[in-house]
Amino acid sequence: MRSDLPKYKTSDEVDFVIIGSGAAGGILAKELSTNGFRVVVLEQGPYLTESDFSHNEIEILAQDKLTNHPKLQPNTFRKTPDEKAKPQRALVYGRCVGGTSVHFTANFWRFHEIDFIERSKIGAIAGTTFTDWPITYADIEPYYTKVEWEIGVSGLAGASPFDPPRSKPYPMPPLPVKSSGVIFERAANKLGWHPFPAPMAILSQPRPGRSACINCGFCLAFGCEVGAKSSSLATAVRMAEKTGRCEIRPNSYVHRIETDANGRAVGAVYFDEQRNTHLQKAKAVVVCANGAETPRLLLLSPNKQFPNGLANSSGFVGKNLMLNSGAISMGVFEHPLNDYKGFAVSRIFHDFYELDAQKVGFYGGGGIDARFDMTPIGFAMGGLPPDTPRWGKGFKAALSHNFTRTMEIFCHGTSLPLENNSFSLDPDLKDAWGLPALRLTYKDHPDDLKLVNWLNVRAQELLEAAGAEKKWSYPAQEQQFAVHLLGTCRMGNDPKTSVINADHRTHDVKNLFLCDGSSLVTSGRGQPTMTIEALAFRAADRITALAKRGELSA
Amino acid sequence: MTTNELSRRTFLLRAGTGISAAWVSAHWPALLSAATHARQAAKAAAPPKFEFFTPDQVVEIDAITARIIPTDDTAGAREAGVVYFIDRALVTFDTENQKTYREGLPELRARVTEMFPAVSKFSAATPEEQDEILHSFDENTNSARRPRRASPGAQDFFETLRQHTIAGFLIDPDYAGNNSGAGWKVIGREREHMFQSPFGYYDKDYVGWQPATKDANKS
Repeated sequence: MRSDLPKYKTSDEVDFVIIGSGAAGGILAKELSTNGFRVVVLEQGPYLTESDFSHNEIEILAQDKLTNHPKLQPNTFRKTPDEKAKPQRALVYGRCVGGTSVHFTANFWRFHEIDFIERSKIGAIAGTTFTDWPITYADIEPYYTKVEWEIGVSGLAGASPFDPPRSKPYPMPPLPVKSSGVIFERAANKLGWHPFPAPMAILSQPRPGRSACINCGFCLAFGCEVGAKSSSLATAVRMAEKTGRCEIRPNSYVHRIETDANGRAVGAVYFDEQRNTHLQKAKAVVVCANGAETPRLLLLSPNKQFPNGLANSSGFVGKNLMLNSGAISMGVFEHPLNDYKGFAVSRIFHDFYELDAQKVGFYGGGGIDARFDMTPIGFAMGGLPPDTPRWGKGFKAALSHNFTRTMEIFCHGTSLPLENNSFSLDPDLKDAWGLPALRLTYKDHPDDLKLVNWLNVRAQELLEAAGAEKKWSYPAQEQQFAVHLLGTCRMGNDPKTSVINADHRTHDVKNLFLCDGSSLVTSGRGQPTMTIEALAFRAADRITALAKRGELSA
Repeated sequence: MTTNELSRRTFLLRAGTGISAAWVSAHWPALLSAATHARQAAKAAAPPKFEFFTPDQVVEIDAITARIIPTDDTAGAREAGVVYFIDRALVTFDTENQKTYREGLPELRARVTEMFPAVSKFSAATPEEQDEILHSFDENTNSARRPRRASPGAQDFFETLRQHTIAGFLIDPDYAGNNSGAGWKVIGREREHMFQSPFGYYDKDYVGWQPATKDANKS
């Protein structure tokens, strides 16, 4: 750690304590410290940097080096609230400085106009809490542009006829096309669809202190050792530290937000690496701990005024969880694609972003991409056709033939918000610190499954048109494992049906703000991080304005 | 975290289809030290000491891994030093599975004698006999080839051994195991640390992105 970085005392009342240093927390730290505020970021994971990353798949993935650990932080799962949840690993998220953005795929589509106003357009959907956002695409557009230029997104403006309006082109051209992308593009064109270069938060051109992508092939699940992946670690966190006003404090596991007699947040209580407890005092608290840990922290912080969890007068904290729906088709081709080289995705299309429910018989929409995101052991365990022998001569022959010749078609789609789908505190299971474990309750809305299975039929048509020598698919099944963690402290104008307002301020606690996947009102079509980061840039502007008006002071 | 599970929904979606990511996921970390050990073992003039298996067991395990990923015109599990990897795994990150091997090996021995009374141990059987014995353990083998149902413990033993063998064969050779990159040679993965486009057959003549000819129908 550099010696010129600030080191605040826990008893110093800093302007903001931010909990979490991922996609949202990193950007809020950068923006608020740039705006002159004194900021402490409490990150539960370690502070790893590029030199800690390598091409060694085992070393990087080793013992969940970059992610939440199932033994230290166990979970439980149940489908519906009337069941008793069983212990099983139920979610994964980045647990290091930079959060999940360190290891993500880096698909960076914007949401479209429809995602913010769809409820008004198509009407209510029975049994769901489907609703409009309190903001529109126009409100967030400048912040999407900010993400693309400040964090670094490669892509080709205007390439998709379905794209929403934009105020500026991408700051750099798309990444090179992969063989999977060429196969996908040719077949999609044949079928009358509109493939385009995938927008990716990976550099196609170098930036100061960061290399362009070297196509090493250890991308998804790995930390980028050359800083080409636009994680918060490689971008916003560095910029925040440069202001001289932001302290990133790793290995700090926050488990309570402290409030005073007036109901104001006074700081965050956390365990340090030695499990000593501290209270970091702050004038305002910003929680960016992700769509699972943010609601968990509120539920761990009840007080007299909010016995069911801090800022939970609506009862919606942890609820309306959306995971995004997904399904996969796979194809094997005659010649080597060598798709193990490079990043995961180079081509995508959005022709089915907004399906007509009257015609297809279900609500939803999605995107379809061409990718290969497997490393050798995972490929051997899960990338071969289902009729392949599991060992012996036939297994080895398939492995040998297919590894360089396989590609995936990934179908991403909407999830409808349901009140029963949630993260909550397990009543029995505890983590290694003695805190209640996260309990996932989830049962996909039937339309979510119909949607991705419909998309998967299109994916099969595409592989057919592409002349795959072999193809198969994995139909969508009810999900029991969470990666995209959305909607659990949703934004809204009505305090009865939302947790935060359009400024990301909780309806209940004036100096408490939440910003991450939990803020989302709808799920988008499958790639939420771009929107989470745009929301973070916007939230920083709103919070700065409030602070300058003196609205955060006691 | 597994190679894929490692988070990916991709992986999870597949998990329902019988991919056993859980094991890799739970043990990624320790795979490393085991793999390093396997590589050193393969390099050293005198093989390192086995810490879990007895000399007899080494011969048996080595013989089984050689049927899971056999040697033909290319290297198999034997050339990749997989048995060293597994021995190391069982005294480091995967001590939980010591029991699986401890119970599985005697059952294997009993099964060999039951199926082929003239054969004293697995490694002494012919390759065809060996495959037949392993099919009898493999829950996923179709029933015509599985003459009897293995006990649950024996199924665990075979599945664990199968996954251990794959991991020891395909682990990144630059840092660990997978002796001489034998496994990567088999699957055609080059050992470079960086690559340049074009990557494969289909992108080498790509002329650049063109807008689709038809107009989008946004309705």
